[in-house]
Amino acid sequence: MTEAPVVSVRDLRVYYGTLRGTVRAVDRVTLEIGAGEVLGLVGESGCGKSTLGRGILGLLPEGAVADGEVLYGGRNLVGMSDRELRRFRGPDLGLIFQEPMTRLNPLMRIEQHFAETLKQHEPGLKDKEIRRRSLETLGKMGIPPTRFNQYPHEFSGGMRQRIMIALALVLRPKLLIADEPTTSLDVIVEAQILSILADLRRDFGTALLLITHNLGIVAEACDRVAVMYAGQIVEEGDARDVFSEPAHPYTRELLRSTISLDTTELHSIPGAPPNLITPPTGCRFHPRCLDAMSVCATTFPPQENLGGRRRVFCWLHTRDERVGPGDREPLEREELAVAEEA
Amino acid sequence: MAVTSPTDTSIQPPRSRLSGVRRAFAPVSEARGMTRTMLWLGAGITLAFVLIAVLAPVIAPYDFDAFEANGKRFPQLAPPSRDHLMGTNVQSTDVLSRVIWGTQTELKVVIVSLIISIGVGVPLGLFSGYFGGKLDRVLVLLMDALLVFPFLLLAIVIAFLLSDRVGQGILTAAIAITVVYIPLYFRVVRNHTISIREEPFVEAARALGARPLTIIRKYVFFNVVQNVPPLATLNAADAILTLAALGFLGYGIQPTEGAEWGYDVNRAVSDAASGIWWTGLFPGLAIVLLVVGLTLLGEGLSETVNPVLRKRPIAEVDLEAASTPRVEDS
Amino acid sequence: MATVGEPRPPDAQADDVLVAVRNLKTYYGLRGSFRQRIFGRESGSVRAVDDVTLDIRRGEVLGLVGESGSGKTTLGRTLLGLVPATEGSVRFEGEEITTMSEPELRRLRRRMQIVFQDPHASLNPAMTIEQSVGHPLEIHGVAKGVQRRQRVAEALETVGLSPAEQFIDKYPSDLSGGQKQRAVIARAIILNPVLLVADEPVSMLDMSVRAKILQLMLHLKHEFGFTYLYITHDLATAKFFCDRIAILYLGRIVEIGPSEAIYEDPKHPYTKALLRAIPEPDPRRSVPRDLPRGEIPDAARPPLGCSFHPRCPAAFEVCGWESRDLRDLLEGRWAGMSEDEYEVEQAVFGDLARLDTSSTSFRLDARGGHSSAEIAALLERIREDDPEEPFWRGVRRISANDGYVDVELNAPYAPRLLPVGGVQVECNLYDEDALRQVETLTVAGS
Repeated sequence: MTEAPVVSVRDLRVYYGTLRGTVRAVDRVTLEIGAGEVLGLVGESGCGKSTLGRGILGLLPEGAVADGEVLYGGRNLVGMSDRELRRFRGPDLGLIFQEPMTRLNPLMRIEQHFAETLKQHEPGLKDKEIRRRSLETLGKMGIPPTRFNQYPHEFSGGMRQRIMIALALVLRPKLLIADEPTTSLDVIVEAQILSILADLRRDFGTALLLITHNLGIVAEACDRVAVMYAGQIVEEGDARDVFSEPAHPYTRELLRSTISLDTTELHSIPGAPPNLITPPTGCRFHPRCLDAMSVCATTFPPQENLGGRRRVFCWLHTRDERVGPGDREPLEREELAVAEEA
Repeated sequence: MAVTSPTDTSIQPPRSRLSGVRRAFAPVSEARGMTRTMLWLGAGITLAFVLIAVLAPVIAPYDFDAFEANGKRFPQLAPPSRDHLMGTNVQSTDVLSRVIWGTQTELKVVIVSLIISIGVGVPLGLFSGYFGGKLDRVLVLLMDALLVFPFLLLAIVIAFLLSDRVGQGILTAAIAITVVYIPLYFRVVRNHTISIREEPFVEAARALGARPLTIIRKYVFFNVVQNVPPLATLNAADAILTLAALGFLGYGIQPTEGAEWGYDVNRAVSDAASGIWWTGLFPGLAIVLLVVGLTLLGEGLSETVNPVLRKRPIAEVDLEAASTPRVEDS
Repeated sequence: MATVGEPRPPDAQADDVLVAVRNLKTYYGLRGSFRQRIFGRESGSVRAVDDVTLDIRRGEVLGLVGESGSGKTTLGRTLLGLVPATEGSVRFEGEEITTMSEPELRRLRRRMQIVFQDPHASLNPAMTIEQSVGHPLEIHGVAKGVQRRQRVAEALETVGLSPAEQFIDKYPSDLSGGQKQRAVIARAIILNPVLLVADEPVSMLDMSVRAKILQLMLHLKHEFGFTYLYITHDLATAKFFCDRIAILYLGRIVEIGPSEAIYEDPKHPYTKALLRAIPEPDPRRSVPRDLPRGEIPDAARPPLGCSFHPRCPAAFEVCGWESRDLRDLLEGRWAGMSEDEYEVEQAVFGDLARLDTSSTSFRLDARGGHSSAEIAALLERIREDDPEEPFWRGVRRISANDGYVDVELNAPYAPRLLPVGGVQVECNLYDEDALRQVETLTVAGS
């Protein structure tokens, strides 16, 4: 990929304070999203993927602080005032949530939703043009023009999600961030929505950051995937490569524990995800990793490029001379207490 | 159950039951900012008055209707002096003593009123909300009708009607206020019960085979009860105002039964024309202060208990101190 | 061999049947207009469970699979007596549940328990784990005080919340999702029930935690011999966990049989679609494109004939075509058109609301200066644009008259649950009578 990336995240940190300490929701993440590509951000609940998605847009909860860079169009979005950010949200960067009703006002018809959105960001548009663009975008989502003046409650869940996507896309953003967009939908509707999302580049030229815990939809719909654990990216690369030959033990275990139609035996990862206030030292996965070595408990692994835009953070793959044979001894530790189980 | 378990047969007894209650009110300790100020200020004022009421026999210099001491008659309408810190009124009774004894009267009426209102309103709300149906429809209609009435008017009418039977007094005033407050408890508890009733854990209780009364008691009540204290404090504030108003209008406590601030303020109206300020100011101030204290407490509790208004406690974040080291590129 | 008349559940063997369901219907009344609500009257009903017959055999794991609106949750609740049945019979260990009073049902609750979907909402936030898990013991008068605590501790150990001391005095908010679900399971098994209904027990948990809970449930089955009714929308976990599976669509069973048969050789088009739609973390797969269109219809106004026909790629002449299908067809077509073209066509048809009924013969009036011949011609052109569209197979005759066009559709044939191969399927594709019906239509011709 030789084009410049749409968004470039560099060393992003998002921390927020609670009574029990500082939660390191996103802890030094570096990521790039190429123009028109579909990048899947996958991880279990509490790994920080939602925070990362919102952090890119600057939509952080009260009391959270962000540090690092989110480069878009040559500008760093971190630290921008809310007013400046609002100019980007919508026409450049779109966001859709899990619950489609969050952005749809039950008292407004669909055409009013579109009119409001378009007028806010493109004030010069004439009504006829607004209508044309709205109907065109809705049409691509499979929503017929006969239903343009209905209210949100007259649509089913899946159709509301399509309307949400259309609302985000009518402004032709360069990047759409979708946070668990299909989690609350039935499986057939989910597949329908996914095929829409997978075609965004073809139909709209929009890049997509798909945040989910479901490995299956990432494998089917995404070009590349980034795996997140405890606030950090542990592996990233081409979806096909990562899923056929996972490099990081967590990715491997996650794939093994996913129940699919081919599952003959149940696997699970021992232990539970760490709390983000006092995460483990060194590699955060080491307490649960079957391949842990003694160096894993003390030092955080450096990034290792495996060729072809594939990278991983794992001592198993590091060809570093600093790591001696003693460091590669298997890690000795007590049996994980059963109480630590999730 | 045919379970063989590897544990030993003894297991530690549970923590005290109070831990549950403490938990229900944990949000109070997490309150910050304005809410916290309101809470502590309101609680402080209220507590001060409660103490005064309890210690009245000890701290009041004279009885509430004493017009003489040690054989010497008190002066009439005397300004504040060393003997009478707040002066005396037209009946030669000590204003300070009357204010202190009056606290007891106010609190008595508040307590009686709260007991009856909560005792009737809350259970009705629970049953009406949980069972629904015709009972619920009838009760809601009835309660809504009661709420429509201007409550001071209602209180006066009831006091008037009851004065023949029960006799004017604390009970009358309490009942009058109660009737108006029952619908409020009813409504708040009923509405919350209806939403809790739909929660999975209530359905789970049904699935376990629990009887409705058990479910209401163990599953619904504790999740609904936190709405009561804020309403109770506002109830108390209103009760005092109503009693004072009744007293002012002559339908409250009889002067022979005890001291009452509203009655005193009524008596002090004519004094004001003559430039006598102490007979009206002090009882009036007492009313205002206690009501403000209760209201602050009520508003503070209401913000703490209501999860929508409650602000999550935010701590400062020190980026550098907490940070992990920068990732090296290989 | 078609069974007509007396419904018979698949492969019934009388002696080891734990729960016998016959022609069960659970309908909900809908609240209508404002005026109707004041007077407490209802308008229309939702057929959540619409004539279901099945057996649950002792010791088996029966899966109820369906999407939202399939009625699987309501069916599970009706079997436990938590929701009143409208019609039909449910016999648990020989006793009829649908006519029992609440106190009688409560007695039975010792023997049948339920595990809910949302672990965060299934436990009373105001009760400790001991109080929650031990409550069944109290309700049924089995144990109190120290004895109760002891038994709760044993139950917690059994479900993997070990050491029990660490959890027994905690409140639900102190536990993780997986731990809460274990506590819920502990509560469900503490009285040693015979039947466990698990309603989406793992769908709200993370992937790696799901496996742990399913492992636990399997272990419990082998250890204590529970019979499970596993309700889910996830065919992948159902395949792993269940012996037999029933696929539900809009309140009816559309396919039921042993797990392997369903997965190796699915018969019903809906089952096939469900299987294709499941996302697989297989790098060679991409998003399935040939899926049924549309979504589950409104249960208050189910489609004619076969409920799946509006979405079915294999629907044919007698599957239950109606005027609403024409409306859907037009709307789908217009969604893909430019605004100008759409306006032209829409003007010819007028307001589609008049098609919003379930009629098999209807009239399209010519209006706005357009003749009936234009309407007929437009319909013909639409058909030529997509001749594969199943709707056209349902059209018997289109006749253009003076000022209106009459559209006549084939009479619907309601599909029946019939044995096919090793399973039972409710689909006209496998019903010889339905296929014969088509022949008579062709012969009559038009």
